[in-house]
Amino acid sequence: MKSTKVRNEHKIVEMLKDFVKTNGGIMIALAAMFIFLSFANQYFFTSNNMANLFNYFTTNCVLAMCMMCVLITGEIDLSISSFVALSGIVLCVFLNRGMPFGVSLLLTLLIGALAGVLTGTVIAFSGMPSFIVTLAMQGVIRGSAYIISAGERISSADEWLFNLTSNRYMGVPLPTIIILAIAVLLGLLLYRTSFGKHMYAAGGNREAAIYSGINVKRIVIVTFAISGALACLAGSFVASRVTSGQPSAGSGYEGDAVAAAVLGGTAFTGGRGTVSGVIIGALVIGTLTNGMNLLEINAYWQQICKGLIIMLAVMIDTLKQRRSN
Amino acid sequence: MNEEKIILKMEHIEKSFYGVNVLKDVSLFLKEGEIQALMGENGAGKSTLMKILGGIYSKDSGTIAVNGREVEIKTPLAARELRICLVHQEISLVPQLSIADNIFLGSELKRGLLEDKRAMKDKAKKAIETLELNVPATTKVYKLSVAQQQLVEIAKALVFDAKIIILDEPTAAISQKEAESLFNYLKKLKDKGISIIYISHRMEEIFKVCDSITVMRDGIVVANKRTEETDKSEVIAAMVGRSITDFFGNNHPKGTEDILEVKGLNNRYLNNVSFTLKKGEILGFAGLVGAGRTELARAIFGLDKIESGEIYLNGERIKCSKPYDAMKCGIGLIPEDRKQSGLFLEKSISYNLTLLVLKKFIRGIFVNDKRRNEIIKEYSEKLTIKMAGIGQHCAQLSGGNQQKVVISKWLAYGPKVLIMDEPTRGVDVGAKAEIYHLINNLANEGYSIMMISSELPEIINMSSRIVVMHEGRITGILDGKETEFVQEEIMNYAIGGKVDEKYKS
Repeated sequence: MKSTKVRNEHKIVEMLKDFVKTNGGIMIALAAMFIFLSFANQYFFTSNNMANLFNYFTTNCVLAMCMMCVLITGEIDLSISSFVALSGIVLCVFLNRGMPFGVSLLLTLLIGALAGVLTGTVIAFSGMPSFIVTLAMQGVIRGSAYIISAGERISSADEWLFNLTSNRYMGVPLPTIIILAIAVLLGLLLYRTSFGKHMYAAGGNREAAIYSGINVKRIVIVTFAISGALACLAGSFVASRVTSGQPSAGSGYEGDAVAAAVLGGTAFTGGRGTVSGVIIGALVIGTLTNGMNLLEINAYWQQICKGLIIMLAVMIDTLKQRRSN
Repeated sequence: MNEEKIILKMEHIEKSFYGVNVLKDVSLFLKEGEIQALMGENGAGKSTLMKILGGIYSKDSGTIAVNGREVEIKTPLAARELRICLVHQEISLVPQLSIADNIFLGSELKRGLLEDKRAMKDKAKKAIETLELNVPATTKVYKLSVAQQQLVEIAKALVFDAKIIILDEPTAAISQKEAESLFNYLKKLKDKGISIIYISHRMEEIFKVCDSITVMRDGIVVANKRTEETDKSEVIAAMVGRSITDFFGNNHPKGTEDILEVKGLNNRYLNNVSFTLKKGEILGFAGLVGAGRTELARAIFGLDKIESGEIYLNGERIKCSKPYDAMKCGIGLIPEDRKQSGLFLEKSISYNLTLLVLKKFIRGIFVNDKRRNEIIKEYSEKLTIKMAGIGQHCAQLSGGNQQKVVISKWLAYGPKVLIMDEPTRGVDVGAKAEIYHLINNLANEGYSIMMISSELPEIINMSSRIVVMHEGRITGILDGKETEFVQEEIMNYAIGGKVDEKYKS
């Protein structure tokens, strides 16, 4: 009995060590940013601003998790930003037809998953690169969003649509709770199930995965389904904040999602990535965006800064990998 | 030409990485027009020494003299200026470019701002003619066979007028016959006064082609002999620091009842292939590269489509359209290229070893670590995998240990029929002997093994029976019971010079 406890403690220490080893650099950067901003700007630590920061963070974090799953299997999904628009619109359409919020949300996520299955199937069976297929899907889905909404925003007065991002439980915003729940579920999927191990295999060495009898096609399809559903959840958050679905929503969000995933140690080449890393990556991107807004940095300069920081992060990661090999 | 002129002198070379002494007081002398073999197990320091000579690593101390003049070789370019050329083990050509473009890649000849295409083509043509590579210099490299690509690498050395050529395992990826012609070219280069340092694990070819042999072990030179003054067992003893008496093991499992029967298999690569595999036997598959042996393995394992033909396992017809089906039936495949298709190099030993048996210790989200560690312990001990810990990345292991991980991965799964494609490629002598013993033991335990190999000694000494293939067909099946296997006979079948009556179409 005692020995199990000791071993478990030992295991937790090991896990913490591992976590610090892989995410140490980025966590220091995050802490430095927080400290700098709280001194540089008096508004930074106000509850208002923190809410702002978390608003942006929640959407980006969910999208970054989509991107991480897809990147781990050695693919990429550029279409997630269009899912943000489509999901907001279909959610509001369902609500306006009088469906209950829960059913509407589930149907919306299901649509995302089905679209993901479609994308994944095309990629798995045609052998076309996912970069191209999802770029095309980005157009297809955004176009669909415009057609369904006739180019207009679709508002909904549903109470729960508003509550989704404004309710708090014991002071914690509902989206944060949802994100933590997703993080736990994804963590279990990735680290504790055979399917998760096979995802890493499919991205780490596709050929070896096939030689190991792993059904790579199935892995890719399911992963894109997960990505599609999660992207629709992110879209629902966006719609909830403005209590409407807009066909232009989420445009360009895939860039920040890639940035957060890669900052959090997800390998662009596949086979490597952690949930905790991605959450920290999304926090860094969120804090960065928020901080630059507070410091009233010109929007164009913000883009330049972000670009350079992402490049720096990837460069550090590349150097680290090269040294360890 | 002065026979005894020493062209290269490396003396008292020392090198350490992160405080680990990789080379300790190493000296090496190379005469003009000499082919010197550099042998040693993986990790003995051969490659490090050669990379110092090629300007890729810098030495910590010691001297290098070329033609009696002391030199510092700081960059690969400096090495090239000294007419030293390193031909890497892995072919580093760009497949989409022509032979000429590849040869001059990075040091293109120019006329003004533009590339001087014609001059490059002419020079490349001259070099490939010297090597009797009968293809135009404008041929795209992806159209060439592996052996031909190897020659292009050597042509590169010729174009830059190399005086010292270092060949790092040039025959690792080519068949016996192609190796033979490579040796002829080497002899021609030697006659021109070019000196060659030849790194290889293959004993046969070393004794065929080299004038002298230098053996390294653990960063020191342990032997330096003229080839005629030594023999294989002495070299092996020097390499491993002990003598290996029964290198291949001495039990030859004969097998019992038929377990796998392949009848008239046809597809893009195979032409009416039929054979049977007995339970507990080692069935060797000999042939040249491209004979269709790997393709046969792929077809049986469900990786390639079968157009016609049947496969029976224990008398029951099986149809495998994907590897998973084959695995369900109890067929395993250890692929020929372990880095590309056998391993996840950036993942840990425990990940690689347990990938096929996750079901044994994962139920839903519940992981039984104890069971997992038992599995890892069982096989890492059975195969004596040398590792720092089960979390160590496979990329950090030596070739032999990597191969053991791949074999363990499949043993843990426990197939009845195990196909091993080149099980000892790029593996050092010590690990080779271990793998041979392991294969013998597996056969005795009742595993039925199909062993594909391009090394004839391996095939001859290990196999219960030998299937010889040529251009996608079986040309003969030799049974060891009646007569000893004869190397010449196998070669004759392999080059298509002889086809058994049964297999004539």
